[in-house]
Amino acid sequence: MMSYGRIEHHPVLGPLPPAETCSFSYDGRLYKAREGESIAAALLAGGVRTLRLHEENGSPRGIYCNIGHCMECRVTIGGITGVRACLTPVKEGMDVRSGTVLPTPFRQMAEDERSPSL
Amino acid sequence: MNTFYDLIVVGAGPAGLAAACSAAQAGLKVLLLDEFMKPGGRLLGQLHQEPGGAWWNGIREAELLVLGARNAGAHIQTGVSVTGLNRTSDNSWTIWTNQGCYHAPFVLLATGAAESANPLPGWTLPGVMSIGAAQVMTNVQRVRVGNRGVVIGMSVLAMAIVSELRLAGINLAAIVLPPGNALSGNASDPEAVLGSLLRFADLAPSAMLKYGAKLLQSSMLRKLALTFFPKQGIRMLDVPLQLRRCAIEIVGRDAVEGVLIADVTARGEPIAGSERIVEADFVCIAGGLYPLAELAAVAGCPFRYVPELGGHVPVHGENMQTPLPGLYVAGNITGVESAKVAIAQGTVAGLSIAINAAAKKAPGEAEVKDAMAQVKRTRSEALIQFHPDIARSRAKLYQTEIV
Repeated sequence: MMSYGRIEHHPVLGPLPPAETCSFSYDGRLYKAREGESIAAALLAGGVRTLRLHEENGSPRGIYCNIGHCMECRVTIGGITGVRACLTPVKEGMDVRSGTVLPTPFRQMAEDERSPSL
Repeated sequence: MNTFYDLIVVGAGPAGLAAACSAAQAGLKVLLLDEFMKPGGRLLGQLHQEPGGAWWNGIREAELLVLGARNAGAHIQTGVSVTGLNRTSDNSWTIWTNQGCYHAPFVLLATGAAESANPLPGWTLPGVMSIGAAQVMTNVQRVRVGNRGVVIGMSVLAMAIVSELRLAGINLAAIVLPPGNALSGNASDPEAVLGSLLRFADLAPSAMLKYGAKLLQSSMLRKLALTFFPKQGIRMLDVPLQLRRCAIEIVGRDAVEGVLIADVTARGEPIAGSERIVEADFVCIAGGLYPLAELAAVAGCPFRYVPELGGHVPVHGENMQTPLPGLYVAGNITGVESAKVAIAQGTVAGLSIAINAAAKKAPGEAEVKDAMAQVKRTRSEALIQFHPDIARSRAKLYQTEIV
C-alpha cells in the first residue's frame, strides 16, 4: 500500500509542529496518528483511501469534502455507525471499522417477483 | 447543558468568531458551536499573498479571532453538530445538537458555504475530492493528498487552491474543464471560463494572462484567443491550464488511476477521437461555493434566490437580522464572499444583537452604522470579488426586504 505521508516542511507555514502520537486500529490493523487529528487525515497519511464500500453496490468510497458535509467518509467507531471520519479526532486505542455491503432483502424480493416498478 | 446563554452562534468561522467577540464585549453571554475539531472554519485553510506581499495565513488569522472571542468571554465548543432549531413559546430558541439541547433568546447562524460539485463518471472513486478538501488536508492537516493530481474545473477559488497545493509541493498534472452536462452550465464553456478568469487577471501569475487580459476584454478577441489557445495549455504555477480540454471520466478500479480527457472545440464540445488518459492518483473537483443555509430553512426563515450571492440566501437586512425574532445570519450563509467581509459582517451581527438584547454595554446605533460601512469598504477593497454584482444585488436585497 502506498503511503502519501505528511507535509513536513512548508515554505510559508514552516515545519510541521511537533505533536504527541497515538495509535488506533482500522479494520483490525494498527495505525499511528498525531494527537487530535482526524481519523481521515491519519488514515490518508498512512496510505488508506478507502473508508467504506457502498452499502448496496459495494463500490469503494473515501473522503470527498473533508469538512463534514458529504457523509462519504462514514465509518463505525466502537459499534456506533455513521461517524464522519473527517470530523472525528483520533483517540488512543480507538477501534475504527470500514463500512461494507449490507443485505438488500427488499430489492432481492422485488427482483424475484420481477416487479417492474423497482 | 442548562447553562443560560444570551446568544448562541452556530459556526466558528470568521463571521461567527467576530460576532461572538463583539457581542461578548457588549456584555452578552455567548456560546459558539462548531462541528469541526478546531475553531476557524474555512478560514483555516486559506493561504495567499496580499498585493503588498504579506501572507494571509488563515491559521494565524483564525487564532487571533479565537483569542479575541475568548478574551471577550465567549465560550467556544468544537465537535458539536447542530441538527436543528426551533422557536419556543417563551420567546426563546432551542438549539438541537448531537450533544443535547441549548436555549437562548438570540441565535446567529454563521454556517458559511459548501462546495458544489460537477459530478462526472468515476467521481465516487477514493482519491476524488472537492478542491476545498485538498486545501484543508494540505494546509490544516498537513497530509499529502496524493502524488499526482488533476483539477477539474477552473475558477478563481480553484486557482487560489492550486497555488496553495503547489506551495506545499503537491504535483498537478493538469487543470481541465468539467464535462458539459446538465449541471455544469458555464463551467464547461471555455469562453465563459476565460472571461471569469480574466476578471482576476491582476492576480494571475502568468504574464501572458496578465498582460493579455486587457486585450481580451472583447468577446470577439476572446473567441480568437481560444481558437489559438494551445491544446497542451498555458503553464500556470507550473501546471498546464488546459482551457481546450475537458474531463470525460475518472478511471480506476479501487481508487483513482487517471482521468480520461478530450480536446474540446472553442465552444466546449469534445472532439471525437481526441480522448486519452492522464495518469493521476488524486482528482480535485472545483465546482464553486453556495451558501450553507439548511438551518435557516429548518428555523422557518424565508429565502431569496440571488445568483450573484451564490444561490438561495436567507432573507436578512443590512444589520444581519432575519424576519424571525432573534434570528440573525452573517458570513457566507448570506452570500459567498471573502473571509474579510465575513469578519466585518460578523461584527455587525454581534453589535446589532447586543442592541436588541439591551446588553449592559450595548453599542449605539452609530457604532452599528460604522460597522455596516466597514462591510461595504471591505467588500470594495476585496482582492477577490466572487461575483461582479455582489454590491448591487446586496443593496437590492436590503432595500426590498423589510425586516
